[in-house]
Amino acid sequence: MTSRKNEILVGLFVALAIIAGLLLALRVANQGMAGNGETYKLNARFDNIGGLKARSSVKVGGVVVGRVSRIYLHEQDLIPVVELEIASEYQNTFPDTSSLSILTSGLLGEQFIGLQPGFIFPEDLEMIEEDKVCDNAPYSDCPYLTNGEEILDTKSALVLEDLIGQFLFNQGNE
Amino acid sequence: MEILQRLGRNTIDTFASIGAASLMLYGALIAIPKWKNIRLTVEQMYVVGVQSLLIILVSGLFIGMVMALQGYTILVNYGAEGSLGPMVALSILRELGPVVTALLFAGRAGSALTAEIGLMKATEQLSSLEMMAVDPLRRIVSPRFWAGVISMPMLAIIFSAVGILGGHLVGVDWLGVDAGSYWSIMQSTVDWNEDVINGVIKALVFAVVIVWIALFKGYSCIPTSEGISKATTETVVYASLAILGLDFVLTALMFGIS
Amino acid sequence: MTDNIITVENMSFSRGQRTIYDNISLNVKRGKITAIMGPSGIGKTTLLKLIGGQLIPSVGKVEFAGQDVHRISRSSLYQLRKKMGMLFQSGALFTNMSVFDNVAFPLREHSELSEDIIHTLVLLKLEAVGLRGAHDLMPSELSGGMARRAALARAIALDPELIMYDEPFAGQDPISLGVLLELIKSLSQALQLTSIVVTHDVTEVLSIADYVYILANKTIIGEGTPEEIQQSESALVQQFLEGKPNGPVPFHFPAKDLASEFIGNQ
Repeated sequence: MTSRKNEILVGLFVALAIIAGLLLALRVANQGMAGNGETYKLNARFDNIGGLKARSSVKVGGVVVGRVSRIYLHEQDLIPVVELEIASEYQNTFPDTSSLSILTSGLLGEQFIGLQPGFIFPEDLEMIEEDKVCDNAPYSDCPYLTNGEEILDTKSALVLEDLIGQFLFNQGNE
Repeated sequence: MEILQRLGRNTIDTFASIGAASLMLYGALIAIPKWKNIRLTVEQMYVVGVQSLLIILVSGLFIGMVMALQGYTILVNYGAEGSLGPMVALSILRELGPVVTALLFAGRAGSALTAEIGLMKATEQLSSLEMMAVDPLRRIVSPRFWAGVISMPMLAIIFSAVGILGGHLVGVDWLGVDAGSYWSIMQSTVDWNEDVINGVIKALVFAVVIVWIALFKGYSCIPTSEGISKATTETVVYASLAILGLDFVLTALMFGIS
Repeated sequence: MTDNIITVENMSFSRGQRTIYDNISLNVKRGKITAIMGPSGIGKTTLLKLIGGQLIPSVGKVEFAGQDVHRISRSSLYQLRKKMGMLFQSGALFTNMSVFDNVAFPLREHSELSEDIIHTLVLLKLEAVGLRGAHDLMPSELSGGMARRAALARAIALDPELIMYDEPFAGQDPISLGVLLELIKSLSQALQLTSIVVTHDVTEVLSIADYVYILANKTIIGEGTPEEIQQSESALVQQFLEGKPNGPVPFHFPAKDLASEFIGNQ
């Protein structure tokens, strides 16, 4: 039967499809082996989120550590709440005192959230070591940001119109 | 009155053929797959997959190149040629990859399937299978169905990958967009689930529809040379329309409502 | 053994509005050659498909070896069909396989035999039809008569009890025709096969048939051994046997009166 040659070609076809799939995964979507791994959630309230969208990235000093998973309006306070998904490898990494700000990459680029890590009091560090408060849930005493926690220190997006308005207002006063 | 009558008859005919097509698929897929059938499926993957590869590779490359060229001339006006990568990648992964592959697949493999089965019917090969106590639905239709459904998403993935490389060829190597920004902005914009997997799901849905239409048109054609040519044309027309219509529905479901 | 392998009882069949058969009954005796003759276009192939269970009669029943072909389950029908072979008018060889693979096909599908045994069996079957030397040719390389012989080898591959020939002589040159006649006769004798030959080639079939049915006008117009048929007094049978252009089977397709066709429309 001549099907031997066909079988080899089908095998090559499948291999080609797998290579193409890998190319899409690794080079195009940057789907590292751990890229789709576990995440934990954080919340933050902003006065104004500007052009931030779901799936915008969360960066620490330019390194992507997570993504915005959801943006919604708080029912009573009527201010935007942003839900973040941070990769689990950064669990117990960022202190409670970290701050968030909405930044823009370049002049016209897309907006992202910059996370500025805070500090930890030395006595808290001792407490972690002694009581192991971060090792077992609930983490309420843990001085690191943990699942579901809210980041209180936030800076809103810079809105160009507000800036210009402010500038003109100041000019008028002089 | 006559118009109403005709409308009614056409509606009933439409439902009848949908029913017949469903029964055909049911008859073909109900069987427990056997080792022999897997071999037959591989054989058919050669026909519908490997033999469609060249046209997919060439058109993928050219569509990627054209996308890069078109995108560049617009983006460069805003100094945003760095966004060429995501533009090419997203439009190919979400739309052009699955849709163009499906249209080419319908024209290349779908019509061939219809003609092949139609001819087997016309030359009494299907009848003779039945008389040899071999169910043509399982022996002929089922392997072709699976081969098409497996091959077509693979072709779409290959198309997308080649298209993005084609975009790289024109955008980076020819027009001088920075290679780093082509890939890195693409990587930060393209999402695996949202863009790549959704594209593959689209391709899978198109594959089922194309192969189904092609097999049914062949299986139910009037076994004359005229009937086969009509069935082949209908396969391409119906499959193409179904692809475009379904594409809208799928896009609305996947990307429209968030 | 003179029992009936096939019994058709009071069967009617219609396709759409058109009645093909109106209440016909016939019997096929085991181990004999039964010829079914009739003018073309009266659905002789349809009769074979009814016997094979590919079509379902509107009234009446068809029994094969005591089982009602149209009332048994699908899987039993497939079991039953393994005992039938059918030679289609066009041969219906699979065009994408060689002659060898075509003949091996039913064996590979239905038996668990090893390739070695299948190889031997296939060559034996091909030897029986005189095509052993052509086993690696493709169907497109065969002449019409050879294709039909190859298809015959395939039809007898599973050693069926019954073999149905659909117009085996149509469009054959005199030599192929003689070969086919000889084959049908010798196969039937050597393998104890029951044969049904559907044809409109009168003289050829009368020379080999044990029993003859003549179909016309949706029903059976004559039956008997070849001698009885030739002495039949029915005008219809005589017209068919002698090939007269006009007679009880009209030369004209049913139509309106010629004069009214031309004048009536004005």
